[in-house]
Amino acid sequence: MTLDASTSSFPSPRRRASARKRRRFALLAVIGLVLAAAVALVLNAFTDTLVFFRTPSEIAQRGDALGTRMRLGGLVKQGSVRHEGTTVFFTVTDNKADQAVTYTGMLPDLFREGQGVVTEGSVQTDGVFKADSVLAKHDENYMPKDVADRLKEQGEWRGGGKSDGKSDAAPAAKPAETSK
Amino acid sequence: MIAETGHYALVLALALAILQSILPLWGARVRDVALMRLASPLAVAQFGFVGLAFAALTHAYLTSDFSVLNVVENSHSLKPLIYKFSGVWGNHEGSLLLWVLILVLFGALVAVFGRNLPARLKADVLAVQAMISTAFLLFVLITSNPFERVVPAPMEGQDLNPLLQDPGLAIHPPLLYIGYVGFSMAFSFAVAALIEGKVDAAWARWVRPWTLTAWLFLTLGIAMGSYWAYYELGWGGFWFWDPVENASLMPWLSGTALLHSAVVMEKREALKVWTVLLALLTFALSLLGTFLVRSGVLTSVHAFAVDPARGVAILIILTVFVGGSLALYALRAPVLKQGGIFAPVSREGALVVNNIFLTAATAAVFVGTLYPLALEAATGEKISVGPPFFNATFGPIMLPVLLVMPFGPLLAWKRGDAYRAAQGLMIAFGVAIVATALVAGFTLGGPWLAPIGIGLGLFAIVGAFAEVMERTKLFKAPFGDSFARAKGLPSSTWGGALAHAGLGVTLIGVVAATAWSSENVVALKPGESVDLSGFHVTFEGLEQRQGPNYASVVAKLTLREGGTVVAAVEPSRRIYQARKMDLAESGIATFGLSQFYAATAEARDDGATGLRLQYKPLVLLIWLGPALMALGGAFSLADRRLRVGAPRKAARPAPALQPAE
Repeated sequence: MTLDASTSSFPSPRRRASARKRRRFALLAVIGLVLAAAVALVLNAFTDTLVFFRTPSEIAQRGDALGTRMRLGGLVKQGSVRHEGTTVFFTVTDNKADQAVTYTGMLPDLFREGQGVVTEGSVQTDGVFKADSVLAKHDENYMPKDVADRLKEQGEWRGGGKSDGKSDAAPAAKPAETSK
Repeated sequence: MIAETGHYALVLALALAILQSILPLWGARVRDVALMRLASPLAVAQFGFVGLAFAALTHAYLTSDFSVLNVVENSHSLKPLIYKFSGVWGNHEGSLLLWVLILVLFGALVAVFGRNLPARLKADVLAVQAMISTAFLLFVLITSNPFERVVPAPMEGQDLNPLLQDPGLAIHPPLLYIGYVGFSMAFSFAVAALIEGKVDAAWARWVRPWTLTAWLFLTLGIAMGSYWAYYELGWGGFWFWDPVENASLMPWLSGTALLHSAVVMEKREALKVWTVLLALLTFALSLLGTFLVRSGVLTSVHAFAVDPARGVAILIILTVFVGGSLALYALRAPVLKQGGIFAPVSREGALVVNNIFLTAATAAVFVGTLYPLALEAATGEKISVGPPFFNATFGPIMLPVLLVMPFGPLLAWKRGDAYRAAQGLMIAFGVAIVATALVAGFTLGGPWLAPIGIGLGLFAIVGAFAEVMERTKLFKAPFGDSFARAKGLPSSTWGGALAHAGLGVTLIGVVAATAWSSENVVALKPGESVDLSGFHVTFEGLEQRQGPNYASVVAKLTLREGGTVVAAVEPSRRIYQARKMDLAESGIATFGLSQFYAATAEARDDGATGLRLQYKPLVLLIWLGPALMALGGAFSLADRRLRVGAPRKAARPAPALQPAE
């Protein structure tokens, strides 16, 4: 954009009006440009970064999981947890299908066999889901609502949820669903 | 008895709020001065009654009155006093009461300090403010009564969510709420201006202090929340792009835009229509934030009890106020007169660029936050939009803001000289380039964007003070002369410089702590050691301790650097008896601006304890930045020109002759 010499000193009303129009056009052009760029960024980011939530049986059915980043949610299968140094191997199940998972790092506080868990990562060529984050129910880390819903839907939500309103008044049983 | 008094006070406050939303507005239409003047005493009385209700609830908490349901559900007799106090707002009902309290406090402040407001504008503003408080008082009384009794009263309470038993979280909600609710003033002023069909520089001068106050507290509130998440959640992360975080970031972004466009309006009477719209949108985003975190649409530590009726009620409030104000805007905005014109390269132009990009950034965050909700409602498909999305959108949009930011204050109003501004930034350019080169040299093989980020941050910091340097003739005049000039500068100049520098400081902290942090997750047996970032970390063993309402297991770590002990770090796990909830407390050792961070997992069967050890260079800058921004806000607020109620000069010099600020 260049400076407009016609408005430098005491412009006549008509010139003022035309200058106003030109500047308004320039302003709108800039806004349009930025908007277009922002929309392009958002759309582009959506195609690259959206992560879908899947259960083990959905992964088994769809068969398109290889390499795609996703959230895997379900229960930690009883007797499946095995530690090797700081790497942990376990199986996530929704009682219809199983999915083997490996994770290296510190497990969340309430990671337990038989409890709800959500992991994020992708299925490797060997069919094992390599997770880079693990969230567990009751964990202080954010438990996405969709995950809780999905687990509740399947009746796999142990000990909890306040979906049934105020009925769970017993203090000790109060679930720590409120997690960040 | 005291609880009933509180409840009754709320009902009285509601009655007053209804009167206040009708009578002054009617008075302003029929030009009845007596009716208009009613607004002020009504606003003050309303504040008195809500304050009484809040005091009643606080009393119930402090005395552990377990005949009040709210206290039973969120308190415990063994809880430390500070958390009994903060427990008042550590739950849905109490936090809404705090929301309303702050809302009516702002109303009362306008009533008391707005003596020089034109009578009609003041009447309109207070009426609109009362409409908001009417809606929220109704909401509290119908769906979220904090004074509900429970019979028979239990002997003991269920305790506050242990996550909230933390000093950071005790003050986080009040700070954030002053921010959120403070934007209601901008909203009320905007609606009043639309009703009056008149908006001018004086209007902007009245709106700015309120917006600035709200922005200042929101900045601190967000920073406090971020720091809390960092040390309490055990991940060492400072921002998760969690929807509840985004809910507070959106009003902050648009509020920042509003602050800047209000400057243009005050100085040049331009951007009127846009400023009014921004004022409406900023408060709309505050309401949206309240809806998101309080409705239970999102499950988080903020969504206390999830009750669909409450979500619907907040949604109705949101729809009425946003829809109503936007309809009024569509109807009345064309009435507002156009302001002065300006060249693209000018102070106004720079502020317009600021506004365009901040608005685009707000929109990107908005889409990322709400798209998953919309998609689930529409198709049932569940997705998560995480940090990668926001990094790919928010980052690139904010980049031009940082680049243009130092130029703005160096450009003249109406028509600036980009070349001269660039000259004023020579030192900043130099510092940025040298720093980028140095950092890149020292961190070869690291993330290549990081040195550029550091350079950009330094450019913003040094550039922020370019205006001060220019106006004090630093290095050009004798030092004493410069010092005298510096003292003579309006405090809003210093404020702007500090706030802009704060953004650069935050950027450097974010870049350094993200790019060069090191992490080691290990399982150690007592006596074993591990090395991290030059520290030799020894796990001494576990120790049992007893807190007031929890038991804790402390993992004792010793940090050595070259053989000498430099710090003892004690991450722990607490088990809160009342809720049977266990919680990790991180252990932190600070070295200058950098921190060593440790969190512990439960002891394993083989006797080893899982530890997450992190070293985060310059991480404290992340929160030092917002503190600087808030300090800048305070400086600006102290500027005589903006002081509410300060006598204004009878004749203001023409805008063009004003010193650039």
